[in-house]
Amino acid sequence: MRITNHPILTFPEKEEIKFMFEGEPVKGYKGDTIASALHALGIKTLSYSIKKHRPRGFYCAIGNCASCNMVVNGKPNVRTCITFLEEGMDVKVQVNKGVIK
Amino acid sequence: MINKDLIIIGGGPSGLCAAKTAAEAGIDVMVIERSNQLGGQLIKQTHKFFGSKSQYAKTRGYDIAGILIKDLESKSNLEIMKNATVVGLYPDLVVTVLFEGNYIKYQAKSIIVATGASEKFLAFENNDLPGIYGAGAVQTLMNLYGVLPGQEIIMVGSGNIGLIVSYQLLQAGVNVKAIVEAAPTIGGYKVHASKIRRLGVPILTKTTVQRAIGTTQIEAVELVSLDEKWKPIAGTESIFKIDALCISVGLSPMHQLLSMINATTKFIPELGGFVPVVDHHHETSVKGIFVCGDAVGIEEASSAMMEGYLTGLYIAEHLGKSHPEQESLKKLYETQLSMLRDGPFGVKTKIGLEKMREGMKHA
Amino acid sequence: MLNQTGIPTKDQVNSRFPGKIALIRPKAILECYEDIPCNPCSTSCPFDAIMIGDNINVQPKLITDKCTGCGLCVPSCPGLAIVIAQIKEDKAVFKIPYEFLPMPIVGEQWHGVNRSGEVICDASIDHVLLSKKQDHTAVVTVSVPEQYLYDFVTIRVKR
Repeated sequence: MRITNHPILTFPEKEEIKFMFEGEPVKGYKGDTIASALHALGIKTLSYSIKKHRPRGFYCAIGNCASCNMVVNGKPNVRTCITFLEEGMDVKVQVNKGVIK
Repeated sequence: MINKDLIIIGGGPSGLCAAKTAAEAGIDVMVIERSNQLGGQLIKQTHKFFGSKSQYAKTRGYDIAGILIKDLESKSNLEIMKNATVVGLYPDLVVTVLFEGNYIKYQAKSIIVATGASEKFLAFENNDLPGIYGAGAVQTLMNLYGVLPGQEIIMVGSGNIGLIVSYQLLQAGVNVKAIVEAAPTIGGYKVHASKIRRLGVPILTKTTVQRAIGTTQIEAVELVSLDEKWKPIAGTESIFKIDALCISVGLSPMHQLLSMINATTKFIPELGGFVPVVDHHHETSVKGIFVCGDAVGIEEASSAMMEGYLTGLYIAEHLGKSHPEQESLKKLYETQLSMLRDGPFGVKTKIGLEKMREGMKHA
Repeated sequence: MLNQTGIPTKDQVNSRFPGKIALIRPKAILECYEDIPCNPCSTSCPFDAIMIGDNINVQPKLITDKCTGCGLCVPSCPGLAIVIAQIKEDKAVFKIPYEFLPMPIVGEQWHGVNRSGEVICDASIDHVLLSKKQDHTAVVTVSVPEQYLYDFVTIRVKR
């Protein structure tokens, strides 16, 4: 659900970025955050709550609320709403407190 | 330890305006901004702003950000650090920063905390479902990243932000099914409300969200009417099918850094919650640490800018320096700020500021 | 009522319209019903026809005789609360602010909408002005039957 035409803003075509979500190859664009790229793909569940395993998405989108934590390139608790998408990133839904290896 | 005359934490409208007047007064300034862009919340505001010429009235928010940033160009005594998060604030005016994995320490002679505000939340059943976003998040998604938050949305809250973001959603082609407001009257400017009504969007006052419905994401919302005691009226429930819910129920000052130094704070609902107590020059109870903008009380960007310009000038005095137009600019911005608060929409702020300054002597 | 619904009353609306004789020439209708700290309408008028004064919280007042209906105030109101109105033969001709897609095209027939968002009539698109100075707020000249003078406020595309 990307905006193409807008009465005030212009959204120029950007460079495609290939990345992985849950082991599947997907695409985003340069300038996306991980969360916005996933949202554009229709992926809204970013993690599951620790005790009750409830689906969680982002809330504030600017790094204040910690709802958007995911495991990126093996690193947990990455605030995906403020982390820019990079080529080849491996993004996984976080299901626990996060294990640092 | 790196020395600086003034460190401004936060590169939003208030911080940028403070940087301008302070730098012009000959002070060695550093602005530390956690995101990769300056401009704070202005960068996603696509609507034209109110106020007068000094607040860049009729200019779109993102253009105001551009103006404030341009104002800081070619100032040799001004350093800007982006993608840098202040992680520690100390009463001896030491600021510690996390930047590119490095931990850097600064010794300042004065500090301005201009960290703005964060969105409040609303308690209701299933409020943690994906698809429930703050109004700022919706603006960020749409206006910065060009991604639609949903196709069928309900907006909770009819303050200026709720009304403006609803209009922006409509501009992006989203169907805003209704704006829901718990109070009996619309909170924001009526011109914003009128714009929305023309577009056929109902504003349901005395209504709130009872619960969100959905399994992996929001699929519907149950609204309920409220009586004069703000209690839900049984039997008035109605269900709306939506794919996103936008919560716009107010902002809370981000004063948390000041808790690190035990600055005096007070709970003042009119200003948005816990706020640092500051004197008439915006200085906190900790000498040398000042606060301006939403971090010291929720208002509009216009006030944040005026407060920013003023705090830069007050810091100049504090450091024994002077802006070439110190007295005339102080008078201009103090008058403008007072005027912005003079109408009916300023009443709440004035009450809040009175509560803050109870027992304080006027400088 | 405005506070609960966002819709001004008939009396409030009528109070902003000059008499029908004055409307032989186009005149600005300033639908700003609240004391908001704001004055770009006043500062953008080249004929000093909009009065606010030093205290910018005051609602703007139109000095009807000075207003030429040039429409410069229309895109400068951040609340999009100003339209230009004129009575031409049996039509009410308006210049309204418009910030949506699709943009109307001259000659098209769009819906004419009232302040409650209800379709009330057909609206002919006579002219569309969108200069850089307007900063993305188009000014659309629209004709509706004269009887809708006090009801019409904006257009909506026919699907």
